[in-house]
Amino acid sequence: MYKYVIRRLLQMIPVLIGATFIIFYMVFSMPGDPTAGMCGDRGCSPAFVAQFREEHNLDDPFPLQYAKYLGNVVQGDLGTNFRNQSVGFELEQRYPITAKLALMAIAFEAVIGIIAGVLAGVRKGKFIDNLVLVSTLVVISIPVFVIGSVLQYYLGVKMGGQIFPVTYDSARPLQSLILPAFVLGSASIAYVARLTRTNLVENLRADYLRTAIAKGLTRSRAIGVHALRNSLIPVVTFIGADFGGLLGGAIVTERIFNIPGVGGFLFTGIRNHDGVSVVGTVTVLVLVFLLVNLLVDLLYGVLDPRISHD
Amino acid sequence: MTTDTQTRKSETPATSQYKPVDGLLLEVEDLRVEFHTEDGVAKAINGVNFDLHEGETLAILGESGSGKSVTAQAIMGILDMPPAVIPGGQIRYCGQDLLTMPEEQRRKTRGPEISMVFQDALSSLNPVFPVGWQIAEMFRKHRGMNKSDSLERAVKLMQRVQIPAAKERVKAYPHQFSGGMRQRIMIAMAIALDPAVLIADEPTTALDVTVQAQIMSLLQELQEERQMGLILITHDLGVVADVADKIAVMYAGRIVERADVFDLYRQPAHPYTKGLLESIPRLDQKGQQLAAIGGLPPNLMRIPAGCAFNPRCRYAQDICREERPELLTVAPGRESACHFAEEVLHG
Amino acid sequence: MTEASTIAVSAETGAAPGGDVQQDKPRSLASDAWRQLKKNPIFWVSVILIALFVLMAVVPQLFTSTDPNEAILQQARERPSLDGPWFGRDIQGYDIYARTIHGARASILVGVFATLSTLIIGTALGIIAGFYGGWIDAIVSRLTDIFFAIPLLLGGILFMSVMPNDQNTPYLVVVGKVVVVLAIFGWPGIARLMRSSVLQVKPNDYVQAARALGASPWRIIRSHVLPNAMAPVIVVSTINLGVYIAVEATLSFLGIGLTPPAVSWGVAISDALVGIRTTPHMLLFPSLFLSLAVLAFIMLGDAIRDAFDPKSR
Repeated sequence: MYKYVIRRLLQMIPVLIGATFIIFYMVFSMPGDPTAGMCGDRGCSPAFVAQFREEHNLDDPFPLQYAKYLGNVVQGDLGTNFRNQSVGFELEQRYPITAKLALMAIAFEAVIGIIAGVLAGVRKGKFIDNLVLVSTLVVISIPVFVIGSVLQYYLGVKMGGQIFPVTYDSARPLQSLILPAFVLGSASIAYVARLTRTNLVENLRADYLRTAIAKGLTRSRAIGVHALRNSLIPVVTFIGADFGGLLGGAIVTERIFNIPGVGGFLFTGIRNHDGVSVVGTVTVLVLVFLLVNLLVDLLYGVLDPRISHD
Repeated sequence: MTTDTQTRKSETPATSQYKPVDGLLLEVEDLRVEFHTEDGVAKAINGVNFDLHEGETLAILGESGSGKSVTAQAIMGILDMPPAVIPGGQIRYCGQDLLTMPEEQRRKTRGPEISMVFQDALSSLNPVFPVGWQIAEMFRKHRGMNKSDSLERAVKLMQRVQIPAAKERVKAYPHQFSGGMRQRIMIAMAIALDPAVLIADEPTTALDVTVQAQIMSLLQELQEERQMGLILITHDLGVVADVADKIAVMYAGRIVERADVFDLYRQPAHPYTKGLLESIPRLDQKGQQLAAIGGLPPNLMRIPAGCAFNPRCRYAQDICREERPELLTVAPGRESACHFAEEVLHG
Repeated sequence: MTEASTIAVSAETGAAPGGDVQQDKPRSLASDAWRQLKKNPIFWVSVILIALFVLMAVVPQLFTSTDPNEAILQQARERPSLDGPWFGRDIQGYDIYARTIHGARASILVGVFATLSTLIIGTALGIIAGFYGGWIDAIVSRLTDIFFAIPLLLGGILFMSVMPNDQNTPYLVVVGKVVVVLAIFGWPGIARLMRSSVLQVKPNDYVQAARALGASPWRIIRSHVLPNAMAPVIVVSTINLGVYIAVEATLSFLGIGLTPPAVSWGVAISDALVGIRTTPHMLLFPSLFLSLAVLAFIMLGDAIRDAFDPKSR
């Protein structure tokens, strides 16, 4: 087990280096001036440009630039953007909010998605099954920014923001995040429901379920314990693999609901052409994504005893 | 479909409400099972009758599609309905018809009264739960025992079915056992609540020959020890010879011959049984060609008129294509469903 | 019963001795799937929808003769009606119906070309990795991991923000950029799928036999590997096409994709969100069309998957 974790962590290193290299390359080495647009329409003063290039080693050969940047990242220094904000510090402030948002979204996925999937799978071909299949398809096909804006208007604005604050309210942080988390998780809720249903239907035909009935267990126990436990293994894998999508979606959700999280910071960085902030933020997000995937693989081993990590 | 687990837990270890009269456990009467599919109706069982007494071993023999497994599943009440439909017949356990019993009452017979061992233990055991947990579940759900007591009982059962180092292996998962050991675990689970009837559906088919013999003798031992009625379902004549008291041979959803083991082997009274026996390789006939039964089992959606076996039968006459032979006594303790049973028996 | 075994069976029928594989396959997996598909109403609904959207993208004039850039400011915010502009007018007085019809082009262009590019890159790299194995596989697989580690939308945001557009950037250049970024970050999924398909087929006796008989790698790939791997790849690509359309709209929504003078669903939705209270119809129609387009591709992918998956029969 430990060997497996260490091996996976070691394997992550080249992936992380490669991914940050791509990100870094895209931001700093593409044709064009990285300071273009940083200072509004008037353009940056030559002094600023010189200082910026000096600070970010932009006059070094590219591999050296990257090596220096990576060296700083390893030491936990994500750089300082042109507003003299420490990117690391900013992210530290904002990460807990985004983490809460993502965790709440995953909670929605797990609870609503699995319940809907079980209801549909148990009553395969009946009304509730078709209802779940059709409604999940509809939710999947509406982009998250449309769902977000519409729900914000109807559940937030129209209801006066009492239950669901229209935008992030730091006085009641958790309450402010309920609606955004639901929006962020909406497509995944639908996928989880469909996946649960498919797997449950398959497991209901399994031999061991026949055994469970032959053991004299109630139908609810045979389904709820024996079949469901097996059906949830791929669902957990999905939730992990989908985490990357959730991070991307968080940027959109945080923008709609004006949430001061990582996504909001990234979005501001994009709008201000603030390369340092963007690279730093995306690097951290990719790292989190990789760690979550590792975690899910480990969890997979716990859930399915047939998978061995030795 | 839902039951309150709380009420069941308060149940004390029950003495059975079912009492066999004169040792008679199970009476199957004119049982019929059909499968209604998109392509049509398959008549899997067409009027099966038999009894089972305490301490008795009945072997049901037949090819795949003969209806032997469906019979077992109908008794156990684990047929998928739909597509399966039971249009007629009775399955009486200690005088009570299981088919008309309320589902909740019937559920409680599964395990404590009637129990079953399946062919493929690997797929029949839940892959994600430890074997001990799966055995202990019987005690927890039917007897309301707590976790540690039930696990202790599970260890004892695993020892009883001769699983080495049972105490250590109680937390192991099904895939960590060999095929023979897994089947022992299935058996431990099936006998956990001391059922009166045990149904074993091809319990050794998936196993090596040496292991087959061990499992069969274990089943026999347990059956004698607990005086269970054992229904042994198999397609393998070799398996039943040593174990069974009576044999019922099934073909196309009907019993075509019934006899004591010894009589049936020595002198079959149905051409189908005769064919089966002739297709067993024998040492004393080395070098001779094996006599296989020609043709294929019938399509259950289009069972031939008259005797279902007639297209494959060397005794077949016109009457066999027109009139269905009933299962009749042809000699003391011998029943056969053949118009020419006498000739087969003495020929 | 399993999918793999059925696919393997069909591969065997595909490997008719000496002959051209494409001929004489009375009951191949593909024709089986096609018969299954023909019976599925969802398949026909999605095909008709997709055909409509493609037609809209190619010749919008078939659906409307109104110029999408003709603003009648006096009639701004006009509600939908049967005798006026069907979908009403937006805040600037544009005819929403005309703009929604013309907006299909960006989405369909992005969807189709991004899917084709990921298909080409992913298939090529996946086959190379799976077929040659060894160090080539190691390199390609790590490369796949690296690109897979960057979530699609994040990569899109990054790319579009370092190569910003302004109002003078030609329409096709912006569409091209979105296609490029989706291709860069979308191929790893296809490559992984392709690689595992190759690995699944490679050990089979008939492939070994073909190799032993001196068949060229290209021939083995064409006649043994591709027919097997195509089904899952087509399913995933079809669903991805819907995803790509949604990503394009999201980038426009974030202001880094297509920008206002361009007519697209994403831009229209982005504009409409500002006035959701007063002009909900501005939001409804482009959202509806966008969702229907995404839905059509997802449904088509699902239908194809069901047709190829014998378990669902």
